[in-house]
Amino acid sequence: MAGNAIEIRQLRKSYQIRQAQVRQTYRTLREDLVQWVRHPLSRRQGGTKKEFFWALDDISVEIRQGDTVGIIGRNGAGKSTLLKVLSRITSPTSGEVTLYGRVGSLLEVGTGFHPELTGRENIFLNGSIMGMRRREVIGCLDEIVDFAGIEQFLDTPVKRYSSGMYVRLAFAVAAHLSAEILLIDEVLAVGDAGFQKKVLGKVEGISRQGRTVLFVSHQMGHIAALCQRCLLIEGGRLTKDGPPQAVIDAYLATLQEVQETSLRDRRDRQGTGRIRAVDVWLEDAGGNRAEHFFSGDQLTIALEYELAGGERLDNVLVSFGIQNSYGLWVTDLASHLVKGNLSLGPHPGRVACTIPRLPLNSGIFTFNTMLRAGDSGYEIYDAVQNAGTFSVEPGDFYRSGTVPSGPILLNIDHHWHVAERSGK
Amino acid sequence: MTQSAISADPAKDRTGESSPVIRIRPTKGPLALDLRELWQYRELLFFFTWRDIKVRYKQTALGASWAIIQPLSTMVVFTIFFGELAKIPSDGIPYPIFSFCGLLPWTLFSGALNRASGSLVGGAGLITKVYFPRLIVPISAVLAGLVDFTIAFLVLVGMMLYFGYLPTARVLVLPLFLLQAIGTGLAVGLWLSALNVHYRDVAYTVPFLTQLWLFASPVAYSSSLLSEKWRLLYALNPMVGVIEGFRWALLGRELALSGITAISTAIVAVLFIGGLYYFRRMERTFADIV
Repeated sequence: MAGNAIEIRQLRKSYQIRQAQVRQTYRTLREDLVQWVRHPLSRRQGGTKKEFFWALDDISVEIRQGDTVGIIGRNGAGKSTLLKVLSRITSPTSGEVTLYGRVGSLLEVGTGFHPELTGRENIFLNGSIMGMRRREVIGCLDEIVDFAGIEQFLDTPVKRYSSGMYVRLAFAVAAHLSAEILLIDEVLAVGDAGFQKKVLGKVEGISRQGRTVLFVSHQMGHIAALCQRCLLIEGGRLTKDGPPQAVIDAYLATLQEVQETSLRDRRDRQGTGRIRAVDVWLEDAGGNRAEHFFSGDQLTIALEYELAGGERLDNVLVSFGIQNSYGLWVTDLASHLVKGNLSLGPHPGRVACTIPRLPLNSGIFTFNTMLRAGDSGYEIYDAVQNAGTFSVEPGDFYRSGTVPSGPILLNIDHHWHVAERSGK
Repeated sequence: MTQSAISADPAKDRTGESSPVIRIRPTKGPLALDLRELWQYRELLFFFTWRDIKVRYKQTALGASWAIIQPLSTMVVFTIFFGELAKIPSDGIPYPIFSFCGLLPWTLFSGALNRASGSLVGGAGLITKVYFPRLIVPISAVLAGLVDFTIAFLVLVGMMLYFGYLPTARVLVLPLFLLQAIGTGLAVGLWLSALNVHYRDVAYTVPFLTQLWLFASPVAYSSSLLSEKWRLLYALNPMVGVIEGFRWALLGRELALSGITAISTAIVAVLFIGGLYYFRRMERTFADIV
């Protein structure tokens, strides 16, 4: 009977945020000073106020030694903060964590590499960061080099490495140095398919050795395949804990709920509010509301707006920024790029933006809504982050009957030509 | 019994050591300075120091000879302007060796200050990604200066032989003054490195600060220029005790040192403990801000 590897009790972590209630996108020092003088008198009108944001809110969980545990949740839910606290990079506000064993972490690509040092030197650097003696590192050196496949470049400064080599070495170092607990944040987002496969195999092997793995990923397939247990974190709270498939299903259900929460009630918005987005949703080719799409489908983002004053606003720029689950901005669908600025109001209405053939291949995507002045004033009327979510699965984008396989982000229209030279 | 316990846990097999238990709590209460942890990470300290030295000289054409050129050229300038032209008295000691002997601990100190103050911001890549005792960063930045110091010290030995100063038993006390120089650099470095995380202005202040400090220290002149009464006040600058201590130990100069040394040591101790306290207090926010 294995004991616990990690015990977390009532863990909380807050960040102080200075939330700027944007009146205009730029501010002057004079303005700030005036606000500061007014601040004690009229608090509500103050342009800035200090707020505490609970990145982790009362998390208690025990993880048994030898388990591989997946952590899922939306961007900003607190997954990465949890791993940062566990790896002692940042300190908790309250609560307690007990870790039984040395911790190795792979939080972002290139964990703790110094660009000027060679691959070999960086392996030793990471070893000593984990508190290993030199001779212990020498024991793992061959395995690391072998796994990363960087024999010829071992004595080259890592700044000359390709990004693929960098990731391979980073993972190899984290996986082979003898940490009893391994924290992995989204490493599978990079690297080619072959390497991803190798990594997945390695994580499985690590867990068989009796080492404990905590594993943040947006790729539900990996979580389901690797983990015995899965945690769902929402708004800094641990909301679901159990077998991977059940937790993943619960997570996908919450994604829909968020979308159903009316945009009208969201408080986490910026802008002057002269025009506001009060509802936003996605439609499929048949005009029905949908959240799940296949690559190649028609996708329409529809937005309902209301104006605060009784006047029509000319020159409104409407845009939807689309982000993938790793936080990468995939594209910005913006009215001025295609249609010019829009004249909206004075009555409420609807703006719709249609992607005729969705090029995204697979994954979970979120989008924000932005309504702003298209003229030189740059006034932001209304902006909401994470206004909606949708998922995409590989589909018949090319209308060829063949669905692309492999971990790719986009499908791009293309043509092939074969020109045969005449023989002889 | 222990045999079976070990083989039951493959992770332990690999290291041959029992796995540590780590407790993470909010750092709020009285500050326990975890010296044991620092000792556990001694290899990392060595590694960081070595890395600092290596990276510093890697892309320089003259390499480690900078360690000699810097104090030597300053000594030449001082000798020409202060020694020859201004005829600043050097208590009967040839001016070149008088000033070089002062420049040696001074260069160690100012270098330590410079490197330590920028060390946390410069090491942001590591600090935001892995845990290790943060104190290692400024400490290694200070220690990295010892290589330069050693090289320059050999030059001083050569000069001593040339000018006919043979070492006496006082040399045995020199390590204490060296320790004080390092301590002063580290004490101020701790303050500045932690401050620099929050206020990047610090980086711009340091060159200015070291320049002022140079003239407030008896590098180019002797503290015997000051009357007895002012000398103790002057010793509030801990580098006074260090530099005069070096001259006392190496050049055999007679100067009432005990008062100066006592004050300098006390100041360093206060600065150092305060710096440690401030550093530890700010430490937990480094990763959130850097």
